[in-house]
Formats: sequence, structure tokens, C-alpha cells
Amino acid sequence: MAEPTPELLTKSFELGYTYTRSTGPVIGHFLSELREGRIVGTRTSDGRVLVPAAEYDPVSAEALTEFVNVGDEGVVTTWSWVVDPISHHLMQKPFAFALIQLDGADVAMLHMVDAGSESAMRSGMRVRARWAAERRGSITDIICFEPT
Amino acid sequence: MREAAIIGYTQSAQRRYAGAANESELIMPVVREVMQSVGVSQKDIDFTCSGSCDYFQGAAFAFVEGLNAVATAPPIRESHVEMDAAWALYECLLKIWSGEADLCLVYGFSKSSPGELRSVLTLQLDPYYQVPLWPDAISLAALQARAMLDAGIISERDMAEVVARSRRAALANPKAQLSGESSVEELLAQPGFVSPLRRHDCAPITDGASALLVASAETARRLCARPAWIRGIDHRMETGMLGARDLTRSPSARYAGARAGVSAGAVDVAELHAPFSHQEIILRRELGLADGVSINPSGGALAGNVMMAAGLDRFGHVATRIMQGEAGRGVAHATSGACLQQNLVAVLEA
Amino acid sequence: MSETREPITGIEVPINLQFKFTAGKALTRFLTSIREGRIVGQRCPGCNNVYVPPRGMCAACGIPTEEEVSVSDEGVIESFTVVHIPIPGNPIKPPFVAANILLDGTDMACLHRVSEVDNAKVHVGMRVKARWKPREEWDYTFENIAWFRPVEGS
Repeated sequence: MAEPTPELLTKSFELGYTYTRSTGPVIGHFLSELREGRIVGTRTSDGRVLVPAAEYDPVSAEALTEFVNVGDEGVVTTWSWVVDPISHHLMQKPFAFALIQLDGADVAMLHMVDAGSESAMRSGMRVRARWAAERRGSITDIICFEPT
Repeated sequence: MREAAIIGYTQSAQRRYAGAANESELIMPVVREVMQSVGVSQKDIDFTCSGSCDYFQGAAFAFVEGLNAVATAPPIRESHVEMDAAWALYECLLKIWSGEADLCLVYGFSKSSPGELRSVLTLQLDPYYQVPLWPDAISLAALQARAMLDAGIISERDMAEVVARSRRAALANPKAQLSGESSVEELLAQPGFVSPLRRHDCAPITDGASALLVASAETARRLCARPAWIRGIDHRMETGMLGARDLTRSPSARYAGARAGVSAGAVDVAELHAPFSHQEIILRRELGLADGVSINPSGGALAGNVMMAAGLDRFGHVATRIMQGEAGRGVAHATSGACLQQNLVAVLEA
Repeated sequence: MSETREPITGIEVPINLQFKFTAGKALTRFLTSIREGRIVGQRCPGCNNVYVPPRGMCAACGIPTEEEVSVSDEGVIESFTVVHIPIPGNPIKPPFVAANILLDGTDMACLHRVSEVDNAKVHVGMRVKARWKPREEWDYTFENIAWFRPVEGS
């Protein structure tokens, strides 16, 4: 006799992790500056500028303390096109995730680009930050980047 | 250092949805089967280590529930990694090398079906600069694929060829979730998913479990006619700052492969843990695998991707081929993190 | 500069994820039975222990359990505590007694409330019996038993 198909009992639930995270001085400074509409990086001893401000140099592991202002415009180094956003995405219309190298930075930062359509996207394109009107000290104080 | 070998491996059927079976009910059959395959029982096991991630179940310490599937009386020596079970295998090797164990049981498991996998994987990222933007696992992998396409290292055709070969190979793997014949042209005709990735460039969502036995030299020879000896193994990782990495390369895979001794002899078979088609191409390059090497004859992660077991599965499939006499020397690889951030590489020999 | 604000020292990153929990085969059988007012456990073929709720396996022996056993809704308190602190999300008003209760015919205690008794009189070894909710309220839950109450004379 075949094993009867077991009845399926399921229950949906939402799990919330509502943590407050300490930033430490470096990330705290980056976010404080972001709240003022400015973007800062940290400079390594060999002169590279890491954005967003990094606490440690990923190459040498040295602690980084020197802050450098960088531009809120830059170049898309690579991108992916989200045609069908999932519920967690902040933009509920087609958009790009992109790595963006800001003017004055030596590495790229992750953010979103609102370009309207995939055909408007290309690596090497210049983009500018679209700032939130009300800023609270979060990476989302930059709503996204947009083509210049 | 003491020698160690893989002497048994079992995986469950890889399914999109395991239905009524919960995690423990997926683990128990594979644990029993792998022990039966070499004629041992839990009392013969010196050390048990598992790999899983509580976020997939949405319950803290959910991995403890998995222990219902192994005999724990009298009390056993046990550990767990919140990683792919390939790293649990690594912990077992440490026990064997240090002389604290001769026979170890490894298992990895997950059901990705109950939750939102793309978003769950976001939680492994930087919580200050990345998580608030909710970059999902597929979007991040797509950044890497685009960087490779832009650099002219790969073409979309190359990616489709990986998918076609993986699914064709999976026809010979009865446990595979996705298998079949499909032409490169058919695959390239599919629409974009998270461009430049198409759906088939991404590993499927899979429920399942796997178990593996690893033993010291004397125990391995006693229990197995043809053990798969672990000749070298190394784990390397890169920064979590995605923008500070050259995503077209994987220095961690290259370094781990060199330290594991991949180039010290001809490679018959390699199982590469590449949840995205372009990542297999990166890994092949960084590990220096020649054109004649059989890559992912199991179908690889593209044919079935049990989170936290898919890396262990790569070890299991290479070991099985060696134990069955189909291969003499193979490379097993497991990855973790976004865009191949961490890589574990081992050389297995008959 | 209009005003100097306090530097950022912490951020809130609320994470909310949706899940669909699956009871598993053994627990589904248990919940299906308790909806009918029966407590069903499973017996281990190795050590003969009976488990309620069943897990489909014996964690001591590491083998599957398939034989189903109907057990009594009466048992004995193995240990207990008096909870004085309100638990977030728990509607039960303290102080209340949470007890490990070994049902007759089983070998592993299950956790439930004890009521209809002065908390100060609850003791280890006390015999208790299930106080079922009205039948029309029964669902797929162990909460079909509102609490356990002392068996008269114990």
C-alpha cells in the first residue's frame, strides 16, 4: 500500500529583528555627514580613498582615521537591472543596483540608480546622488543616484 | 599531519518544496543511509558537526532541532557552523588531524522554501552601508556577471553553455532538481531576470539535506575499499566591501587552490560550488583547470542548491567518483558570501 | 550652519521577514489528533520510550518513530516554576504556574500551565489532569487544553 500523502499543516508568520546598532566613530561620522548632505571617505596610508568611510583598510588592515570629502557624483562601474522588484526593495519600479565610484574615491560604493529604463543604463555612465529632503543619518539619506 | 579521507556520502532528493517533511525529517534518512553505507552506527562516531543557518527557518537555535536526527544518548561530541557544511567538514578535519577523532559525521541541511531566500541572504552583508538598501543575492551576482561581460572575459553565450552543460549532466543524477537537454540558443532566447542574469543562470531554490563521513587513515582503510583522501585543503576570504574588490577575479579562490595543491597533478573531475553560471567560469580560471577536466558532472548548484549543503555536496560528489573508481584525482570547492567572497578548496585523491 | 546636531552613534535597521512554518509529518499527526481531543504520541522501537509531542524520531536512539500511541490526559508534575514576570506577547497574567508534566504512559515531560489551585500548593509529584477548552474552540493546537488542574485527592 502506498504511503498516504501526509496532511500539510503550515502557518505563516513575520519575524522582526528590530535591533539598534552602534556605529562606532568612523561609520558614525560618515552617517552624520550624510545627514548634512555630504559624503566622506577615509584615506589609507598609501593614499587611497575608501567610500563609504571604512574603519579598516581591507588590504593592510590598518585602522583608518583621516576623513576626506568626496563628490556626490561619480561613475557606474557595474550594474544589475531589477525589472521586477521584490517586497524588500526600496524602489517598487524597475531600477538598477550599481557600484558607483564617486569623484575623489578609489573604490566604488553600492547603491541604486533610477534611470527609468534598462536601455538608459551603461557602465561608465555618470550619476549624481538624489538626496532625501529629510535626512536622519542613514545610507538611505541618498534615495538613489540618477543620470547626470 | 594525520591523513584523512572521505568514506561515505549521501544526499536527499533535491526538491523545490519538501512539503510536509521538516528539517529533522530530511536529515534523518541521509544520516542513516550514509552510516549504513559503511556499516557503522552513531556509537562509532567520535564527532558530529553540522552546517545550517537559522535564518532559513526563521527561528533562533533552529539547528538544535536538527540534532533530533542523530542519536545523542549517551551524550555525543558535537558542533555546528552557521555556514555551509563544507566548513563543518573542515572542523571535522581539525579534530582528525589533532588526533581527537577517527570517524566524523558531517551533515548540512536547509529548507529555503519557507522564507524569502533572496532577502534572507541580504542579512549576511554589511548592516550599516549595504543591508538598509536591501541588495538581494541575485542582484549582487548580476553586478559580478556584468563586470565580467564588460571586461570581455565572458559572453552571455559562455554563461548559457555552462547552464546547458550542467542540466545535461544532471540527467545522470537522480537527486537533481533541474535537468534536461536545452540548447544554448533556447537559453539565450529566455528573457532577462535580473539583467544580465536570466533565471537559468541562477541556482534554483531547493529543500534538502546531505550527510558525509570522514575518517582518519586507519579507520578509512578499515571501512572503505577506496577512500577519497584529502590531500590538501585551504579556505580564504576577501573583504565585505564589494566595491573594493575586482569582481571579475577571485584571488581567494586562486590562493586557496594553490595552497590546496590543485596544480600538483592532473585533475580528472572538479565540482565547483557556483550558484550562478558566470561564477563557474571565474572559478575554472582561478583554479587553473584545463579544458579536459570534467566540471560538475553532478549538475552542480545550478541543478540543485540546498543552502548550507551545496558546498558539502561538491565534496561528496568528487569523493563518490573517487570511491567508485571513476576518478583518480579531483577538486572540490565550496563558496560562501556574496560574489564568491569566501572559497574553500580541496584536492581529493584515490 | 543652522544648528549643530548630535553625532550619529547608532542606527536602527529593522528587518522583517516572512516565513511559512511547516509542522512536519509527526507534529502534523499530533496536531490533527489533538483537534479531535486526543493526545497521540509515538513510541521508539529502540528504547520503547513514548514521546509527546512526537518528533518522528527518537533523539536518544537516532532512529525514526512510527508507532502511534494514544496517551492519557492525566499525569504528574515533574518540575514547575511560578512565573511572576509578564512575558511580552503572552496574554496570560502572572503569577501563573508553568510545569513540566509527565503524562501517564509517556517518557518525556511536556510543558503546560497548571491552574485551579493555589500556586503555593503546587508541588513536584502532584497529579494533574487536562482542562480542555469547549469542543467548539478546538483547533490544531496544544492550547485546546486550557491548563492542567489537580486531580482530586492528590
